[in-house]
Amino acid sequence: MRLRARAAAIVAAVIALALAAPLASGKGAGVQTAALLSDDPPQTLQATGLFRDAAAREPSPGVTPYALATALYSDGAIKHRYVYVPAGAPARYDAEEAFDFPVGAVLVKTFAYPLDVRAPEGPQRLLETRLLVRRAEGWAALPYVWNAEGTQARLSPIGATIPVAYTGADGVARTLTWQAPNRNQCKGCHSLNGAFTPIGPKARNLNTDYPYADGAENQLARWTRLGLLADAPPPAAAPRAPALQEAASPVALRARAYLDVNCAHCHRPGGPADTSGLDLRWSQSDPVRYGVEKRPVAAGRASADLEFDIAPGAPDRSILVHRLASTDPGVMMPELGRSLVDDDGLAVIRQWIAEMK
Amino acid sequence: MRSLAIAAVAVLALTGVADAKTWRVKPGPNAQTDLQSALLSAKPGDAVQLAKGRFALAGGVSLDVDRVVIRGEGADKSILDFTGQTQGAEGLLVTSDGVLLRDFAVENAKGDGIKSKGADQITFRNLRVEWTRGPDTRNGAYGVYPVQSTNVLIEGVVVKGASDAGIYVGQSRNIVVRDSVAMFNVAGIEIENSFNADVYGNTATRNTGGILVFDLPGLPQQGGRDIRVFKNVVSANDTPNFAPKGNIVGTVPTGTGVLVMANRNVHVFENVIGDNGTANVLITAYRDEIKDAAYNPLPRDIVVRANVFGPTGFKPAGDLAALAAAGVTLPDILWDGATTYVAAGAPRAEPVRIDIRDNVRKDKSAVTVLSLGVDIAGGPLTEAQPSATIPPVTPIPEPAPVKLPQR
Repeated sequence: MRLRARAAAIVAAVIALALAAPLASGKGAGVQTAALLSDDPPQTLQATGLFRDAAAREPSPGVTPYALATALYSDGAIKHRYVYVPAGAPARYDAEEAFDFPVGAVLVKTFAYPLDVRAPEGPQRLLETRLLVRRAEGWAALPYVWNAEGTQARLSPIGATIPVAYTGADGVARTLTWQAPNRNQCKGCHSLNGAFTPIGPKARNLNTDYPYADGAENQLARWTRLGLLADAPPPAAAPRAPALQEAASPVALRARAYLDVNCAHCHRPGGPADTSGLDLRWSQSDPVRYGVEKRPVAAGRASADLEFDIAPGAPDRSILVHRLASTDPGVMMPELGRSLVDDDGLAVIRQWIAEMK
Repeated sequence: MRSLAIAAVAVLALTGVADAKTWRVKPGPNAQTDLQSALLSAKPGDAVQLAKGRFALAGGVSLDVDRVVIRGEGADKSILDFTGQTQGAEGLLVTSDGVLLRDFAVENAKGDGIKSKGADQITFRNLRVEWTRGPDTRNGAYGVYPVQSTNVLIEGVVVKGASDAGIYVGQSRNIVVRDSVAMFNVAGIEIENSFNADVYGNTATRNTGGILVFDLPGLPQQGGRDIRVFKNVVSANDTPNFAPKGNIVGTVPTGTGVLVMANRNVHVFENVIGDNGTANVLITAYRDEIKDAAYNPLPRDIVVRANVFGPTGFKPAGDLAALAAAGVTLPDILWDGATTYVAAGAPRAEPVRIDIRDNVRKDKSAVTVLSLGVDIAGGPLTEAQPSATIPPVTPIPEPAPVKLPQR
């Protein structure tokens, strides 16, 4: 009985797909801007027209891949990012904040988990694809969750819990539970002064080369050349944050870049965690404001009997380190988006604090 | 024509009411998804009704829709149980306006119990927030936790076991906390960096400290002021301080009744305050180093009047224990005496008025008052020059009663 019902549901789904496909993703239909801007957005990622293939790895014309120098840690998930800007309406450059994108712009981020983390470019389990669509009234978040086969992603504002099986760095079979955030949780990070706001596409994080199909090129230069971005200075004159792994850069810069990307969307004036006064933005130059000898305010037990967010020279006495190293939901930072510890990021933060006088 | 338009508007308004929907959620294996779905799907004006029973939740839930009511069948009947929580920094988070929370419980959240951030007209009514293993450092920090909120009403709420404050109102304005009970928390009720609060008709007992009015430096909103604490029962606050050390409430001596730290224009009156082993009322400056030039650590324009005091000073704790050991008898009302301070390296002075009058003791003995005479905020208690008299001051007008727009 149950099997038959399931079979019937599959048949119905296949028919629905067959019917929908020619309408939504006819060859060369391209990005379905009107549908993305409507109150009744496409129910599947395929119907958005952002990609030419079902697995969302071949972007449609006008959809450009990009990468950030330092990315938010998400349990080791791999992220495939794309930007779409309507022709003739470039985003406006900003030296500090995320660029000002025009109505119709779409930021795309697909989360995937490598089946074997020792081969991150090998086979991947597709998890979710998050779209940020710039509408007239502001940004809208459209989260699409992938099926287990990686053949279809459906709009899912409620989020999802996805079990992921993979082979760890030590060759041991492991599992993790991927939490695709719900709409409120999206706002938990993407909120600035009450408005939904993108986080990633900032000059300092894009000011690096990307290996495009036709060769490597600085992303700011390419976005400008393609008409995606206006008013940007030459890359050499734009701010640049180093990547975490960039050993040639001073550890302080790498640590601040890491905190900027992983924490400052909340811990900044106007952000969801501005209540404590902690400001972890790249631009904050007052050590107390970014945590040096700053006392906890509402940390509760997460402060673990420690006096300061950052105790110079003493990573083990720094609340910041304690919370980055925790997976207890009442202690860990960030609060959302990870269930594992980012050992690489933590090592850089520890070194920075250890060397701090 | 115009009357037709008015009629049409009236019909629309009525339809609006008739359309208000009640989303019913029951305990069970799908409780997490069902509850969060309801909170995401609700439209302004809707209600989310929690059935009787225990909702086992593995993750925090959140509401971001204006004018939604979340109501249960009673604070002992509809229970959001976060004992198995693996995700989320609080039990329930509200970020929208005009929200009413009533008649349910939140138990054993891994972080805070119920938090509202940036919410206007938020009401917490007949709720229970509890950590059921009793006082424990591993408990979450705050039970009921409105922050950066306006027009906050907390009434008929019971909070037990918070490792920081049971009822904590931070960086908010226009606040009423009434007819609520705080027990076995570090701080029973705490009003911090807030403007215009009325705290009355509450019972704060068996906490480390009963009712705290704090102002801290380095925060987006500071300069706490205009607070009335009246007609409360603040008794037998005797739970040893179990706050993690770095937290400011970790400095609260076990056995504190009412504690005013910094702030301007705080009136403490007509309360029953007794059986607090350290002191019934403590008035103190913020004592740590101040890097924030805009911050004033001094409590000033503080009125303590017409309270009824019971036994105190019989079991002094914290820094004050040393003072007591040195032979100082701890009084009903203890003021550190600070009138000067240093902020960001600059010395400052401030006219400080402390008005103490018309208080009585239950046993008819004389009310005791002590100024420690530590002139500078945070000055060492070893340099105290205790004095049993505090000079009289000109009357300090009481803040107007807080008026809230919600019904």
